[in-house]
Amino acid sequence: MGTSSNPDSVNERLIHDLATDLVPVRRLRPPSVRALTWLAVVAAIAIMLAVIGDLSALGHRLSAAPDMWLSVTGSTLTAILAAIAAFQLSLPDARRKWALLPLPAALLWIAASGVGCLRTWFEPGTHAANLSEARDCLIFIVGLAVPLSALLIIMLRRAYPLQPNLTALIAGLASAAAAATLLNFFHPFDAAATDLAVHVFAVAIVIGANWGFNGRLLATNFLTQ
Amino acid sequence: MNAVDTQDAGTDLRRSAWMAAAQAGDGAAYQALLRDCIPVIKSIARRRGIAADHVDDVVQEVLLTVHRARQTYDPSRSFTAWLCVIADRRTIDLLRRIRRQKLREVHAPLAFEGHADHNADPAQGLVRADATSIVTLAIAGLPARQQEAVRHLVLEERLPAEVAVLTRRTKGSLKVSLHRALRALRDRIEPWE
Repeated sequence: MGTSSNPDSVNERLIHDLATDLVPVRRLRPPSVRALTWLAVVAAIAIMLAVIGDLSALGHRLSAAPDMWLSVTGSTLTAILAAIAAFQLSLPDARRKWALLPLPAALLWIAASGVGCLRTWFEPGTHAANLSEARDCLIFIVGLAVPLSALLIIMLRRAYPLQPNLTALIAGLASAAAAATLLNFFHPFDAAATDLAVHVFAVAIVIGANWGFNGRLLATNFLTQ
Repeated sequence: MNAVDTQDAGTDLRRSAWMAAAQAGDGAAYQALLRDCIPVIKSIARRRGIAADHVDDVVQEVLLTVHRARQTYDPSRSFTAWLCVIADRRTIDLLRRIRRQKLREVHAPLAFEGHADHNADPAQGLVRADATSIVTLAIAGLPARQQEAVRHLVLEERLPAEVAVLTRRTKGSLKVSLHRALRALRDRIEPWE
């Protein structure tokens, strides 16, 4: 571009083309407000699921295994902080450091879930998920994370991320963490090693798919503004 | 705050106001802003070590990015800081692209000098003139959207992103038009060969 003719005239022509028939644009709201909009959708889904979910089983499980509180708190905080980080990263002048925002919550989530793995060894009577239940977990997490990711990517595309893969990766973490949190409404058994392995696998699928597929979607600006 | 800082703050406020006006659709303010951005972008590109013949590539990439990302700018924040981060990112992107290109290309000056130029024959001039008129006629017979894609992307050698902004079409749509146009041109020109 611009190497075969006078660069100043090429720059001038480009400026003229961009400014001619300039269309007014609606300024984007702050990233935290946009993140709250997405989280409000997640909260609405949570309320719907709470209505049909087994709340008494959830309450019993949380009181019987206090470390589950930490795990649920970790996944909830991961979803909230990753959503905020993704909306920050979608701005063209965003610092990469925003990607570290959900890290402490994710570590809490992983560590608390890891304790669940040990429970089956310390408490042999613990009900561990069988293959069918583990498969249901996988389907639930991936099935819910897909529409949540799609909504998030549509919202992120309104900005103009210059780090599309990193933005998509953090968006994948937000969606996967939200889906894993909502899974608790339908998870009447303690998280054991096999079950946790399936959760980790499902979360990895969601994050990997977001990084690979949605990263490209964010990089390709189909919308001319 | 010394005189230079005051001047910088004044320049930044002026740019922010221009950008706010551009967001509302003021083309004149936008032109003034983009022209004002060029020295800043060039200075960042040079500081990052971009060769002189590529500095304007960075300028054009950054101007296009500013255009596409203009809805993300918040006028309560510094415009110059916003521009500098974008220019820096685009400069690094171009440096990576140049590095990848250099890895693919082979430096062989002797082979280049020794390559026979088949176009050196003066009689080729007439053949080329005939071919040009055939191609021009064939392009003129294409539908308007296909002509638009061929003119901007092939004849004017513009970037798809730039053409997308100019024509208010998507890059995908432009590529489809170009693909169809090239196929139609091949069908129309082959009988002449």
